Amino acid sequence: MGGDVVIIGGGQAAASCAAKLRALGYGGTVTIVAAEPVLPYQRPPLSKKYVAGELERERLLIRPADWYVEQNVKVERGVAASAIDPARRRVSLADGRTLSYDSLVLATGARPRQLPAAIGGDLPGLLTMRDLADADRLAPDLKPARRLLVVGGGYIGLEAAAVAAGKGLTVTVIEAAPRILQRVAATPTSDYFRALHQRHGVDIREGISLVRLIARDDRAGGAELGDGTTIEADIVLVGIGVLPNDDLARAAGLGVENGILVDGSCRTSEARIYAAGDCASLLWQNERIRLESVQNAIDQGEHVAKVIMGETADYDPRPWFWSDQYDVKLQIAGLNRGYDSVIQRAGSRTGSQSVWYYRQGQMIAVDAMNDALTYSIAKKVLEMGHSIPPEQAGDASIDLKPWLKA
Amino acid sequence: MPKVTWIQPSGEKVTADVPAGHNLMEAAVANNVPGVIGECGGCLSCATCHVYVDAEWSDRAGPPGEMENDMLEVTAAERRGTSRLSCQLIAGDALDGIVLHVPQA
Ligand SMILES: Cc1cc2nc3c(=O)[nH]c(=O)nc-3n(C[C@H](O)[C@H](O)[C@H](O)COP(=O)(O)OP(=O)(O)OC[C@H]3O[C@@H](n4cnc5c(N)ncnc54)[C@H](O)[C@@H]3O)c2cc1C
Ligand code: FES
Repeated sequence: MGGDVVIIGGGQAAASCAAKLRALGYGGTVTIVAAEPVLPYQRPPLSKKYVAGELERERLLIRPADWYVEQNVKVERGVAASAIDPARRRVSLADGRTLSYDSLVLATGARPRQLPAAIGGDLPGLLTMRDLADADRLAPDLKPARRLLVVGGGYIGLEAAAVAAGKGLTVTVIEAAPRILQRVAATPTSDYFRALHQRHGVDIREGISLVRLIARDDRAGGAELGDGTTIEADIVLVGIGVLPNDDLARAAGLGVENGILVDGSCRTSEARIYAAGDCASLLWQNERIRLESVQNAIDQGEHVAKVIMGETADYDPRPWFWSDQYDVKLQIAGLNRGYDSVIQRAGSRTGSQSVWYYRQGQMIAVDAMNDALTYSIAKKVLEMGHSIPPEQAGDASIDLKPWLKA
Repeated sequence: MPKVTWIQPSGEKVTADVPAGHNLMEAAVANNVPGVIGECGGCLSCATCHVYVDAEWSDRAGPPGEMENDMLEVTAAERRGTSRLSCQLIAGDALDGIVLHVPQA
């Protein structure tokens, strides 16, 4: 099969789509347009081993440079796509060039949500954690006795806090919601991670509003809080979620609403244009959602490749996620959206625990902390479409392995 | 550099030189070996790097660690006595020449 595929965005979804096209024998051109000056790389280590200095830069790459040559995948690095013309099937690049396509894949990812400028969101030196450049800015500052303030108690902010605490910094995390991880997890999971961070000396301050960030020496240097206190810091990292990069799609007249709207085939409102990864809004159990995970970036990116090669089945996500903090590995199977009850299960080792989410009695997701066995079982059971009743899940004396054969 | 060979269920082989210290999942991905995915980048979270160590090499590769052993429950393909997660196998003198079998997709 021939033709020209252009992929906008040089991240995980773009790389997976390109690799799958070649693996399926696609014979046309594949061009990735990547705004960042680097080949596609993995983001998860940025807030974990990479920023801690435990993983070399080259090992972040999803594929080594040779691979792109061998596979005849062209990567236009350090140049953004600036416009799409669906009628003429052309993409304009910021450097003035245009590319023609037969199929276009939008894999533009997401960008960190900013604090409003009125409360200091535009202060110099303020850090976020999305790309390699962000991690490279933070890494040299991770030195003992420095003070780090993390605004936002989500997974990425907490991971950065964990690395910093491990390096001897004084770390404070402020969270406006009543508890950290509120948006993504139930109370027992928040409790688990709060206690973990407190054991490592991190000051976790929840239910506290940010009045404004303050400047010291013309740089972000702390925060004034709703309870009248002030925190001084040498480094301020804002981790308050991401927004999908959907402007290009909107400007081209595609359907966009908190992400680029796609159907089961990952097609946008234009037949030859697809979207995958963090930027795409997909239908999951009749609701629009965006998944911000490696799993989705890979699987949806690959699904687009399959559709271009003639696949007709719908994309069926199998959501999972992980986070590493200190010596704790969190693994999440499923999606907890709309849960109405949770149950806890103690693991077989000290500190291992799982939190099970139910919706109308049906098991929908599990957070497993240092409990890979429970995670593994839960993931398989969810994929089989089965549900372990809460009475069994919550009773640590009941072996759940038989469910694998159910 | 240590050599590693991957054999597909079809019998197709790939042999590559792998820098010492790299894990054999990242080596597989770098060498375009189908069937080894490595979703989590080697942090023992996904089990998509499952391989069967060739019987000749099984002893030298050793048994899976505790966490790895638990993760082997979630592999897509059948688990066998020689199953390992290849992100936990590190290229080096001890495993120079190792042969890995990629499970049926
Ligand atoms: C610090 C961090 C830690 C994470 N940890 C985990 C984890 O533990 N587990 C997990 O499952 N997920 C994790 N994630 C999420 C995961 O990395 C993302 O879901 C995944 O990278 C999404 O891939 P993507 O290809 O959709 O987008 P991205 O990887 O964001 O790539 C999009 C790329 O497109 C480029 N781009 C945007 N617009 C244009 C344009 N107009 N022209 C050209 N290029 C453009 C961007 O610059 C970017 O390079 C983490 C993310 C971060 C930032
Ligand atoms: S790459 Fe994920 S467990 Fe090996």
